Amino acid sequence: MKRVWPWLIPLSAIPLLLLLAYGFRLNPRDVPSPLVGRPAAAFALTTFDGQPVSLESLRGKVVVLNFWASWCNPACYDEAPVLERGWRAWRDRGVMVVGVDIQDTVDAAQKFMREFRLTFPNARDVNGQVSIDYGVYGVPETFFIDRQGRIRAKHVGAVTDADFRSKVEALVAEPS
Amino acid sequence: MIPELGQGALLVALGLALYGGLAAAVAGRTGRASLLQSAQHAAVGVFVLVIGALVLLTYAFLRFDFSVRYVATNTNLGTPFYYRITAVWGALEGSIILWGSMLALYTLVVIVTQRERAREFYPWVLATMLGVLTFFLLVMTIAAPPFSRLTPIPADGRGLNPLLEDTGMITHPVALYLGFTGFTVPFAFAIAALATGRVGEAWIVLTRRWTIVAWYFLSLGLLIGGWWSYHVLGWGGYWAWDPVENAAFMPWLTGTALLHSVMIQERRRMLKLWNLTLVILTFSLTLFGTFLTRSGIIASVHAFTQGTIGVFFLAFLALVVLGALGLLAWRWEALRSTGELDSVVSRESAFLLNNVLLVAAGFTVFFGTVFPLLSEAVRGTKVSVGAPFFNQVNVPLFLSLIFLMGVGPLIAWRRASWENLRRNFVWPVTIGVVGAALFWAMGIRSALAVLALTLTVFVAATIALDFARATRARLRSGQSALPAMAGLLVRHNRRYGGFVVHLGILVITLGVTGSQAWSVQTETTLRQGEVAQLAGYRVRFDGLSPSQESNHFRVIGRFTVSNGRARPTVMQPAKKFYPQESSPIAGVDYELGFREDLYLVLGDFTRDGTQATVKIQVNRLVSWIWIGGLILTLGTVLAILPERRPRPA
Repeated sequence: MKRVWPWLIPLSAIPLLLLLAYGFRLNPRDVPSPLVGRPAAAFALTTFDGQPVSLESLRGKVVVLNFWASWCNPACYDEAPVLERGWRAWRDRGVMVVGVDIQDTVDAAQKFMREFRLTFPNARDVNGQVSIDYGVYGVPETFFIDRQGRIRAKHVGAVTDADFRSKVEALVAEPS
Repeated sequence: MIPELGQGALLVALGLALYGGLAAAVAGRTGRASLLQSAQHAAVGVFVLVIGALVLLTYAFLRFDFSVRYVATNTNLGTPFYYRITAVWGALEGSIILWGSMLALYTLVVIVTQRERAREFYPWVLATMLGVLTFFLLVMTIAAPPFSRLTPIPADGRGLNPLLEDTGMITHPVALYLGFTGFTVPFAFAIAALATGRVGEAWIVLTRRWTIVAWYFLSLGLLIGGWWSYHVLGWGGYWAWDPVENAAFMPWLTGTALLHSVMIQERRRMLKLWNLTLVILTFSLTLFGTFLTRSGIIASVHAFTQGTIGVFFLAFLALVVLGALGLLAWRWEALRSTGELDSVVSRESAFLLNNVLLVAAGFTVFFGTVFPLLSEAVRGTKVSVGAPFFNQVNVPLFLSLIFLMGVGPLIAWRRASWENLRRNFVWPVTIGVVGAALFWAMGIRSALAVLALTLTVFVAATIALDFARATRARLRSGQSALPAMAGLLVRHNRRYGGFVVHLGILVITLGVTGSQAWSVQTETTLRQGEVAQLAGYRVRFDGLSPSQESNHFRVIGRFTVSNGRARPTVMQPAKKFYPQESSPIAGVDYELGFREDLYLVLGDFTRDGTQATVKIQVNRLVSWIWIGGLILTLGTVLAILPERRPRPA
């Protein structure tokens, strides 16, 4: 007589394996930021080229605020071309990309920007105040700010072209 | 050139492992010796190639070959020589190579020692081990290739995670992985037993030492991890129920259960099914642990990067769990027990209870670890399960286990008589009760601490009683005391090795109890020259000094410490600033002692150095945890020595 129920033992493991598989759909670092939906903290920085850049001066534009560092390899290296492409494609439609370099040396940061031929404004967060205000946990993190100056989305990790387009498209479509 | 060589070596090794595994399995079915021979050669080839790849990767680290992405992300020009070696396994890709190397090493040792001894099982054992190696080589070549190139080549690398710049990082991963991979051997024997249908005691007798070795390295890995946490992380603790600590602890729990339950099968031919299940469970949990650390599904301080590797591990985990449990179901009829439990008051039932408790502890740890995942899947809310849950559930379980540790080894097999109970337990129980009264009289008011200490004393008394009786028996036969004791340890090394390991666990329990119950701490801001007091210590802040190291900048605090007994000493906790880290890293300073450790962590300070915040901890009895680890080592060595007497029937 062949029993059937011993086979329940291996079968019982299946729900557990499915649960673990479900885990891939989640990103544990993707803690919902309490800042989403709130007005973005004001900042005033000086770019590497010596130009002032502040959130105040960008009111009315969709701002993509990206925190990066030259030592953040590979994620920041992967997304730098994405940001540059996005900036070139959307700059004429009221989108501004601002890079904030944190915890870095000037030389290394400038080499990074030369390497990827970045043309959007990049500034050093000299005493770390801006990254503290935005609750930056690690680089790269990117904040999408709408025309009214509210943080609408936060992206942890390298931004892809698709991420950039979907987030920016929605914000640009909103009435100012 | 070097990276291509390494990559090539791994690819060839993958091919060899795959071929060898299949060849060994076919040899297992058909009994063709030439195929088995060939599989064996393939396994040796895998060993050479994987070790070769590890050496090449180390070489790339030593030469700062930043064209290799893995090297560039885990060192920079400032990384000291010593840490360039540990950086090899400081992150995902290298840790998998280290893992593979150890597995290949175990496979080689199996070939050398088991080829003749375990003839019936050997082809399937080899097939299983090469199968597991194939998986890890697949990971190394596809999911996490350590030798992949980086363009453009950076002028300098990112640098190692500063927390890993510690001597513990050379021993902690090595010990832990020796433990993890070590359980592959008993697992391979279990699969061989199921495949051949020889599910009797033979495979258990053959794997006893392997299981002990794997268990020991796992214990050692956990202890060194605790030591690393204690003296590097600066929070003054050694265990935080972090998901990844749990991941290593779960196989330890089931492995411990296995070590005990196999004794029942050896003696009484019971629990065949249970033992096979425990082996499969333990091995699966080692894979689960690796999956957890490397898939990024659960946030943890230990978590490596995320990527496709998680999918690989989950697929393999599924294959192992479903395949092995499927074999179990297939062999169901052969797995019926032949023995029966004669009485509830017997060694068998003490061991069974021990197993139930250990597996229950394992289950609660598992549940707590994956609960956040479950909660998010079912209710969509993020939760985290913290230390209070784990402590609340596990402390009673562990205390019960300690009690059983006293009962199990001395109670009679089959059915304990009143005489047996009276003879073995009257004295230890009396001593335990006296101990409890004494602890109370000493002013210990924490019920939990009194209970833990009392149990410790009780178990120690059972061990002492047993040893004293056995020695006395030898004295009567005319030996003098010391040779009698030494002879006892050597002749009955299995029994007394086990006892020594138990003593080690008791000493660790003492350390854990003491540190939980009596540690004190304070955090205070001092001006230069000011003094803080804690538990009889006077800590004076003398000032700050900066220092530039090869890869970081540090600010060192100077504190003069006196406690009225010894001469004042200077302690120098520091804060280390690494350019690639967003927050500074603590440089703890500590003075270890048998009674207590003084532990200083530098907090915030003013730029002019006139004022600093310092956390002062007096951690009680923590050193005994590490001492317990040493005792554990002695016991393990004793337990795996070759036996000098005929096995009892």
